[in-house]
This record gives sequence, C-alpha cells and structure tokens, in this order.
Amino acid sequence: MISNDDRNWPTRRRLLEGGTAMGLLLATGASAHSQTPQSGQLPGPAPVPTMPLKLRINAREYPLSVDPRTTLLDALREHLGLTGSKKGCDHGQCGACTVLVNGRRINSCLTLAVMHEGDAITTIEGLAVNGELHPVQAAFVAHDGFQCGYCTPGQICSAVGMLEEAKAGWPSHVSGATNGKVALTDAEIRERMSGNICRCSAYPNIVAAIRDASGSA
Amino acid sequence: MKPFTYERALTARDAAAAVAQKPGAKFISGGTNLLDLMKLEIEQPTHLVDISRLPLDRIEDMPDGGLRIGAQVRNSDLAADERVRTRYSVLSQALVAGASGQLRNKASTGGNLLQRTRCYYFYDRNMPCNKREPGSGCSAMQGFNRMHAVLGTSDACIAAHPSDMAVAMAALDARVETITPAGETRSIPLGDLHRLPGATPHVETSLNDGEMITAVTLPPAPSGRQIYRKVRDRASYAFALVSVAAVVDAPNGRVRAARVAMGGVAPKPWRAAEAEKTLANSTAADQTFTQAADAEMKPAQGRGHNDFKIALAKRVLRQTLADAAKQG
Repeated sequence: MISNDDRNWPTRRRLLEGGTAMGLLLATGASAHSQTPQSGQLPGPAPVPTMPLKLRINAREYPLSVDPRTTLLDALREHLGLTGSKKGCDHGQCGACTVLVNGRRINSCLTLAVMHEGDAITTIEGLAVNGELHPVQAAFVAHDGFQCGYCTPGQICSAVGMLEEAKAGWPSHVSGATNGKVALTDAEIRERMSGNICRCSAYPNIVAAIRDASGSA
Repeated sequence: MKPFTYERALTARDAAAAVAQKPGAKFISGGTNLLDLMKLEIEQPTHLVDISRLPLDRIEDMPDGGLRIGAQVRNSDLAADERVRTRYSVLSQALVAGASGQLRNKASTGGNLLQRTRCYYFYDRNMPCNKREPGSGCSAMQGFNRMHAVLGTSDACIAAHPSDMAVAMAALDARVETITPAGETRSIPLGDLHRLPGATPHVETSLNDGEMITAVTLPPAPSGRQIYRKVRDRASYAFALVSVAAVVDAPNGRVRAARVAMGGVAPKPWRAAEAEKTLANSTAADQTFTQAADAEMKPAQGRGHNDFKIALAKRVLRQTLADAAKQG
C-alpha cells in the first residue's frame, strides 16, 4: 500500500493496524513469518490477469495494476491508501463512497477503476487547497455536521457536487422540471442530498452546513 | 464477484460484435445496476464491453420536431436538458423522481431501460426465483410481495419493473433504436422492448444476443398537460409503489387525447390502454377519470401483501388524470 501521507507521526489508522497485528501475535504465540500462507498448496480459481492503469486523482497521476473487478472505491482505499472515501453499504445505497469524477458526484463503489482512465477524480483528500479547508468542509466543522464522522467525506463530496448542480439550474423532485433557477431551501437540500445516509442522524446540522456553504444562509 | 475480462469498445458496431462473439459477455455503461448484481453474483458475466465512452451521449432535435436521445446520455443530463424540461416535462419529472443525485450522474438512458427488478427474492440467491434460475419456482407468490406487480403477471413471476424514466417514455410513445452485431439497425416501439413474464420470466426484452440500444427517440411533443406522480414509502430515493405518467389534452372540458402509463404495478412500463380508451372523447369530469381507472385496474390481481396497490393505483390514476386535464 502506498501511503499518501508523508508525515511520520502516528495516525489512528496506523495505531489500529499496529494494534491488530500485535494482538494476533500475542494470541497465537507465533512469529509473523509463520503466518504467511504457503503458496501453491490449495486448489483455487486461476488468477485473474491484472490490467495496467493510470488514475488521475486530486491532480496527481497514480500508475497501478488492478484486477478488473476492482471498484474505484477499492482502488482508492486498498491500492492507493486514500482511505478518506468510506465503504458503507458497497451497493450505492448509503453514499459514504461519494467522490467527484470530472466534477460530478458518483458512488465510487458502483463503478470499476478500469473505467476511469483519463478522468479527473477528486476525493475528500483533494478538496482542501494549501491546507485551507474547502468552504463545504469548513461549514461542516462550523455547524458540527456529523457525529461519528463515517459518512462525512461522502456527505461533503456529495454536497460539493450538488451545489454545482444547483448552480447550473438542474431540476429536482422538489423544484419541478420547468424553472431554471434553484433556491436551496431546506426541503431542496434534503431532496438533493437523499443519496447520503447518516446513521447518527446529524441531518439538521448537515443541512445547516450546506445551506451556509451555498451562501443562501 | 466472479472474474471477468474487460475491454473498452471504440464503435457501437464493435461493441455489439464483441458481446455477440463471447458467450457470457455483457455491455457495461453506468454500471450502477450491473455491478450491484455482480457483487451479489446474480449477474456473472465473463467479459465486459465498456460502452460508456461511445459517442452516443448527445440529445438531438429531429427533422419531424421530435427528439433523439443517445443511449449514453446520463439520467441527470436528460432531466436537465432544456428541451426535455419544456417539451417533455413528464420525462424530466420522472427522472428526478428516481434514484439519487449520484446514481443519476452515472446511469445511462439505455441502462435505465434494461435495469432489472428489485424483487427481494431475485436478489436472494438462497431462494427460488424463476427469473434468476428458470424453473426453480417463485418465492414472491406466497412470500412478502408488498412491492410486487398486480398487472401483466403470470404464475411464474410477479416482479415489478423498477424504472421511472421508462414509464414517462411509454406515455410519450418513445421508440428504441438498436444496432446488431452485423451492423444493422432497427427501431422498436418502447412498448415492445420489454416482455411480460409468461412462462419465461428470465427473458426480459425482445433484444437479440449482442443487440445494443443506441438511442431513444421521442415523437413531437404531445399537446396537453404532462404530469408524473410517484407514490413511495419515503419522500425521496425509493422505488415506486405506484406511479402514473399522464399527458392529457382536454380543451373546453372535453378530452381530445390522453396518454397514460404506470410504474410499480407491472413487469414492464405499463401503458394504460384501457384508461386511454375510456378517456378519449369523453367529458373531463371526475366520473370519467374514475371509470378510466376502474377499467385499467379491472384485470389486476393482488397476491396478498400487494392487494393495496389496486386501490392505490386507482386513486393515483384518478387524481393525476384530473390534474392533467386542468388547462392553463
């Protein structure tokens, strides 16, 4: 796994990973070496040839080689260490995996990495510029738009895409099909954000953050 | 997910030929339904032909005043298109009533038409399902069938077609253009694209092996008011229990023409031909709308949990027709 984080101080992820490995060692009394599975002993399906691929993520080019089955979400998380995008349901129902592809929000769990060569992909890691939070990120902090935080990267990426859609005058189930101007009322924000679920139900603060970031507060 | 190989098609004809050549091959466009089903191993393609970058992503005016929608036009772009919003607003309304913002950004026009049912038993590989495994039986018949169809079903299958977009297209007399592996093209009325289940619910469309949808065409916009009304279990991001697409032209209190289609109630986008017949040249009055709804739902058959859909469909039909008949 390539880390996108060059800093050396411990992160929550590193601490958890280290703790798990140590726990396994203590529980089995075995050395880490003997945990390595022996290759060539178990019959299994033939290995799937991997495909070389270049993904452009957060304005940086990443060469990688993946099994065609790899979703964009798994490529981000498991191959590139960009673990900001979260896996919730893995079926496009919760929105935790939302990223922007060519500026549009999509569910990264429901698309294949190999389908996105040449696309400009933006994840939660790429929203801040020179250490300055994106206005939607800052609004989520200011309004406490989360509790556990697991859905937050998806909520924020989705909101960034949604605000562009509203600016472009895209219709919604709330505003109807005819009028080109979109007033981002709370009902409008809730409808347009319905693809993002928050199990902590931080919705009132999420709506407030998005309303604030939209400049209509 | 089962292993597969992947290629990106360069032309529509190459794509059709590539799928026809390899047994087990499938087209992939938006992937929002196919990948969901592949993760559950309900779909197990051995080869995927990516058609998402084919130059079929334009919406064009046709010489006859109609509209040609490329199969790769995304649902969100179609809903936002100015011509669709003004001339075919029932289609825009139906699109934004479906799925979520993220899914509409990915889902294609062709893929939306070919999406598969959300029947719980089709999704549960531990249960018999005639659609997933022909001849294994239908678990929904005696099971939890609250979301299931009440019109056009058979003893083999009562799964409902989930699309909103296709319901509006059915009401608008859309046609579907396709290309075959040999490079031939044909145009099919939308009503003939999906098949009723009969004894073969696993055969869902009239498309041949490798035949690919390239476009949907709409005839010139019909006169009259256009309304899409959807009833569902929550306010957003849920499949229809019942939906109605209605285009009613009723000047001076008399119905000149009515086009009506329904979603959530049948194995295919359901053109409400009986209701249309009742409405034609009738007085635009509540009694007429009630008669039209009763006529349409007369052959409906509930299976227990979905009995309520018959009464619900009548009410939604009646109310939507009444609203669409209001002029001005």
